[in-house]
Amino acid sequence: MKILSRSYLFIVFALLYAPILILVVFSFNEGGSLSAYTGFSLRWYRELFHDQVALQSLKNSFMLALGSSLLATLIGTFAALGLDRMRHRYVRSAINSVTNIPMMNPDIVTGVSMMLLFVALGGMLGAGDVLGKWTMLIAHTTFSLPYVILSVLPRFKQFDKTLREAALDLGCTPAQSFFKVELPAIVPGVFSGLVMAFTLSLDDFVISHFVSSPDFQTLPLYIYNQTAHNVKYSMYALCTLIIVTILVLLLVVNFAGNMGERTKRKKEAVK
Amino acid sequence: MNNKLIELRAITKSFDGEQVLCGIDLDIHDKEFVTLLGPSGCGKTTTLRIIGGFETPDVGDVLFDGKRINDVPPYKRQVNTVFQKYALFPHLNVYDNVAFGLRLQKVNEQEIRDRVREMLAMTGLKGFELRKPTTLSGGQQQRVAIARALINRPRVLLLDEPLGALDLKLRKDMQNELKRIQHATGITFIYVTHDQEEALSMSDTVVVMADGKIQQIGTPTDIYNEPVNAFVADFIGESNILDGVMLADGKARFAGHTFDCVDGGFTKNEAVDIVIRPEDVDVVPVAKGMLSGVVSSVTFKGDYYEIIVDICGFKWMIETSDYVAPDAEIGLYIEPDAIHVMKKSEYSGRFGDYSTFSEEMEHLSDPTCDEQEEGDE
Amino acid sequence: MKDKRSLLEKAAAVPHTVWIVLFILGPLLFVLYFAFTDTRGNFSFSNIQLLSSYSHIFFLSICFALVATAFCLLIGYPLAFVMARAKPSTQKLLMLLMMLPMWISLLIRTYSLMTLLDNGGLINSVLVALGLEPLTVVGTGGAVILGMVYDFLPYMVLPIYTSMSKLDKRYLEAAADLGCNPFQTLFRVVLPLTVPGIVSGVTMVFVPSISTFYISQKLGGGNFDLIGDTIERQFKYASTYHIGAAISLVMMILILISIAVMNRFSDGDGEEMIV
Repeated sequence: MKILSRSYLFIVFALLYAPILILVVFSFNEGGSLSAYTGFSLRWYRELFHDQVALQSLKNSFMLALGSSLLATLIGTFAALGLDRMRHRYVRSAINSVTNIPMMNPDIVTGVSMMLLFVALGGMLGAGDVLGKWTMLIAHTTFSLPYVILSVLPRFKQFDKTLREAALDLGCTPAQSFFKVELPAIVPGVFSGLVMAFTLSLDDFVISHFVSSPDFQTLPLYIYNQTAHNVKYSMYALCTLIIVTILVLLLVVNFAGNMGERTKRKKEAVK
Repeated sequence: MNNKLIELRAITKSFDGEQVLCGIDLDIHDKEFVTLLGPSGCGKTTTLRIIGGFETPDVGDVLFDGKRINDVPPYKRQVNTVFQKYALFPHLNVYDNVAFGLRLQKVNEQEIRDRVREMLAMTGLKGFELRKPTTLSGGQQQRVAIARALINRPRVLLLDEPLGALDLKLRKDMQNELKRIQHATGITFIYVTHDQEEALSMSDTVVVMADGKIQQIGTPTDIYNEPVNAFVADFIGESNILDGVMLADGKARFAGHTFDCVDGGFTKNEAVDIVIRPEDVDVVPVAKGMLSGVVSSVTFKGDYYEIIVDICGFKWMIETSDYVAPDAEIGLYIEPDAIHVMKKSEYSGRFGDYSTFSEEMEHLSDPTCDEQEEGDE
Repeated sequence: MKDKRSLLEKAAAVPHTVWIVLFILGPLLFVLYFAFTDTRGNFSFSNIQLLSSYSHIFFLSICFALVATAFCLLIGYPLAFVMARAKPSTQKLLMLLMMLPMWISLLIRTYSLMTLLDNGGLINSVLVALGLEPLTVVGTGGAVILGMVYDFLPYMVLPIYTSMSKLDKRYLEAAADLGCNPFQTLFRVVLPLTVPGIVSGVTMVFVPSISTFYISQKLGGGNFDLIGDTIERQFKYASTYHIGAAISLVMMILILISIAVMNRFSDGDGEEMIV
């Protein structure tokens, strides 16, 4: 039984990682081939770093992710506060359901619906082609909002209301009690919402595909355009770089988490 | 109570290098109500789980009807368990929970219906068939758990602190109920609890455990009247435990006085532990007393007073029905058969007098036990 | 009763409310508007009527998505089961391995799979080198389904794994105690109690599968027109927004209905689904 389950795990994970590993290996291939490895070379990386479009889209991606995640976190955190304090149950659940629509809807529907809005409004206002970085910012902020609220709202809900009363009892004004007692308790939620919004924005392709224009490309859009027709080997290099970055980030986060837990446990043991 | 149904032979078990059971030997007879009693972390739940088949002993054998069953999985054992927090399946209603075992045995639906009905009637659950377990009260869930286990007509029923989650009144009712069910079905019950009162009032045999070892096996009266060491004496009921010396058979010296007693069989001048139960001491005028002391506190307990008396610096607990004023000097009289003499053990001296008496003292056993509790329970 | 909330607390949700009305409800209203108007802006059912000529596309997409979801469930459920039974330290590692592909862009994963399976790809060159016939994989329906399974398997495994690791071990012990062998325990206890995880996994695989266009473009070699491809074409190249909006609307309704049905399945555990 144990051998059976172990080998099952191994096979699935091997299949899951095989294409990715092969892509990484062939990004160092000297010859331009998918099948024959002719020798180690950084040729495709060099080519990539001389590709101005690629570098520009990398920059665009980061600026967009930064902008949209900050905006979504700002709006979403306040929204979570408002939702937590809201008296009318029906209004609250209505807002919640509308917020969650982009999470349930297929990305392509979210994408085309926004595209319709932008194009139609642009047409009405006579602005012509409005698609570009501003529509991207709006779209990315919109689909990040439910994730921010999802990570902040529970923090407000879990917050022990008696702590607020204790703060008031000890002489805090309501505002002081909010900033000194409640805010520190929700900061981790805000932070994880921000990180989530940032990565979602970096990763998004489908919605961007519909609300952007060729003069504002993000990294996923660039990859899509490059791989649309024929194989470009510098894309192997780019993909490898992205994968390595993600891997390093995940390991750092995990390692930091482990370290944190370990020191916490040590402290408890000392007690 | 004739043939041995379950035999545990020299069972040892550790979790993560921490020894939980060390050399458990225990015979359980047919139709017997056996209670494993001990403080949390003493290994009683682990013992039960080994009988149920959820843990395998590191060393030693489990015999059922004389056959070794160490490697028999739980689903092939003629044993059923009432779990600590019931573990009723949340996706099934009461009827389906109770019918669960019979369905697995491929009993036909007609018979299942009859037996479930009978079982629900016996446990007082008529009319609850279609309810989901989460909508029941603790006592009702308890009954479902018992019905679900008993319907399979096991040879042995294991109960892991089954009344732990119930309030006091319900506990008393369920104790009687369980006793009645055991009589009616004639099934062997192995019952785990840390509540000594529960153990004494329900069991045919009590097994007192501490630190992964069996301290004493006996009937409730034996355990109470003839504890083998200071641990058992302290854990079961209240007791004054004093250092003493056996001068000769029937002559014990402690508290600066030589007493007549009924115990014997010790070597001359052997150091021993003396146990005297608070209710076995009579309060008399100082002149008539064998010992005398000053009352340091009096607590009204309803049907009696609990007084603490200082005798040469040792605080005794005494139960008396007559009021005594604090700071009064009183005499104490002890009948020979109220003096119980025990051999010295590793627990000697661990249980002091009542000078720092508080509620926590009742659980005073081994402070390291608390850590094991999680792995054990 | 006096409202003790501060102005900030009362007004905090206002910007968000305005934002979602403008950018979530607004776009959906435009989809409705475009779906029911013609190019001159007059009310019309012609777009909806025209949809009948797309019925084969809907049918094909649903079939592909259903098959892919079924495969994900068949592969993913045992995987989650095995993962949830591993040692805690191993579980952490396996979770990380399962999450990692989710963090890598879908484009990259699909693209890497395509380059592996392609006519000039590694697998075929190995086959040729061994003196075997090369396989034509890319461009077949099987490749599209393979792509969906490959891309979306983690979305199936994670929710099932989550509900499996939340499963109280006592239920498994109780089942064994009452006479279940391991397989009976799986079917009578584990499976019913992990239905919420299954529902959420199925939704998370089915929705992206039915709406994908990149997978069918890359691995289908352009031979398969799915709903996603059709919508993409209407909006990106043909600019026939009205018919595109009608297709999107129907797909959205289809998905909302299936989500509602699925939720009914899991006894109204709606919250878990969204997560």
